[in-house]
Amino acid sequence: MRSHPVSLGFIPLIDAAPLIIAHEMGYAHEEGLDLTLSRAPSWSALRDMLRLGRVDAAHMLAPVPVAAALGLGGVEEKLSAVSVLSVNGNVIGVSRALAARLRDQGHSFGFDDAWDAGRALIAAADKPLRIGVPFPFSMHAELVYYWLKALGMPAPEGLIVRVVPPPHMGEAIRAGEIDAFCVGEPWGSHSVESGVGELLLPCSRIWAFAPEKVLAVRDAWIGQEPQVVQALIRALWRAGRWLANPSSRALATELLSRSQWLNLPAELLDRALSGTFVTSPDGRMRRTSGFVEFHRGAANFPWRSQAEWIGSRLANRVGLDPDQAAEKARSTFRSDIYRAAMANTGADLPGASAKLEGALSEDTPVASRAGRLILPNDCFFNGEIFEPLLK
Amino acid sequence: MKTATTIQTARANLSDFALAPLLRARSMATFTLMAQNLSIVVVEEDRERALVIVDALREAGDYEIHVLGSRTGLARQIKALSPDVVLIDIENPSRDMLEELAIASDPMERAVAMFVDRSDEGLSDTAIEAGVSTYVVDGLQPQRLKPILDAAIARFRMFQRMRTELAETKKALEERKLIDRAKGMVMKARGVDEDEAYAILRKAAMDQGKRLADIAASLVTAAGLLS
Repeated sequence: MRSHPVSLGFIPLIDAAPLIIAHEMGYAHEEGLDLTLSRAPSWSALRDMLRLGRVDAAHMLAPVPVAAALGLGGVEEKLSAVSVLSVNGNVIGVSRALAARLRDQGHSFGFDDAWDAGRALIAAADKPLRIGVPFPFSMHAELVYYWLKALGMPAPEGLIVRVVPPPHMGEAIRAGEIDAFCVGEPWGSHSVESGVGELLLPCSRIWAFAPEKVLAVRDAWIGQEPQVVQALIRALWRAGRWLANPSSRALATELLSRSQWLNLPAELLDRALSGTFVTSPDGRMRRTSGFVEFHRGAANFPWRSQAEWIGSRLANRVGLDPDQAAEKARSTFRSDIYRAAMANTGADLPGASAKLEGALSEDTPVASRAGRLILPNDCFFNGEIFEPLLK
Repeated sequence: MKTATTIQTARANLSDFALAPLLRARSMATFTLMAQNLSIVVVEEDRERALVIVDALREAGDYEIHVLGSRTGLARQIKALSPDVVLIDIENPSRDMLEELAIASDPMERAVAMFVDRSDEGLSDTAIEAGVSTYVVDGLQPQRLKPILDAAIARFRMFQRMRTELAETKKALEERKLIDRAKGMVMKARGVDEDEAYAILRKAAMDQGKRLADIAASLVTAAGLLS
């Protein structure tokens, strides 16, 4: 069988792993795909590459297709998320000066409690607190706003969220342009290694099951190549399953560290995958569970309700009607295509395509095709439950 | 000769580089899109490159041009300048910082209503294909934008070629150094002359179906481990 060529764009981050692994470990080949991966210099450039058909599909921030559907950021273009590549994976860090003030206040840097870390941060920070995030339409921005607003910090009086590309985050901290950051690994650990930052909290403690990156495609491409889209979803699902196996970790970090992919030391990449972090330049260690998920708990399923949550948060932030935004948003997460792709595989699929977000405080069996699907804790730190328009 | 003077003036003005208004003062009609001169911001950290782009734009028309060189507060600086067009290399990771401008839209502030151009002529798409990201105030007439993009695209393409050539040259040089080192090792170990050492390496490469430079690299690495 001849392989079908597919071009994919990615940003060098830990959560580009499913794309890289699908290629390196032959999962794409098994699905009859010949992948070409191109590293993009920025999220906006990658979005444009996708829009113009320079790449067929892209590793993309979950809110980008939603923002496009809402006409935000000047790009009104139908982009769809056909699968979720990863859940969680971001970390919040602070400058060393701010870390010192936190310590003076008696903060323990427990790396596990969003209340504790958030209150301490608000008390220790100069106002307004300036936080760097990689892109205006990102889970980083949404989670930072969600977290600090719930703790009573008003934006923009108390909080300024600035866009800083991940590789420049350390530099921006060093230059005093920002006091804190929220960034995907390995860039949080990188700031610790370069001696400019300390890690405060994994974002999984703000929302325990937040869709982070998606596989984004143009709607037109789904129409042209429906079989290829489905094969790609399956290849990435297999890569995610491989990544979720602890015994894959050593090989995964070696592969990702290669110069054409992330071009960073394997040891640095291992921190996110193992959940064992060095959180300060003087060597403080912290362990955390569920830091990034590529497979567990139907992680790849694009829940309509996840898109609605993103849509209504974005709408609140820019002053659109939240219900209308949720309606537009839900159509961008294509659970229908994901189901079609996974129909004849061993993967278990949930019975519903939308759920309450934040309602599960522990592993819970749910209605599914094979009856053995368990959804993990997906709580928000403040116990809020988000109800979608339709279930 | 006129060109030479132009470059000199531009150089003098660029000495400060942070904010360099290179042409005459902005017309007072800041709030109408029909203002006489379009104002253009070029985001480019490299002085020489910035100069070349500025020159090309000045030849294309009478524009008000600013160059922003540093990453610090990029979005803020652009907002303050309130330009009609922003040009930035597509390879520049700082581009994401400009996306901030698109979301903070306050209808009273024209600068923040900047969009990637949606004109029918697909000018922005052409620019992106050529490696230039363009942000254009919504509603700007395509015919006013075209000469700017034509001039910018030609320059950006030139830089791309130069970048590729430089990378290739560097690689070739490094490979040459590696091969020389490997040759030296073979000469010493086997007691052969330079030509013979080269022949041995080339044969090994052919036998294994690898590039000569790769064979040389593995030999140098292996020797490093064993010594």
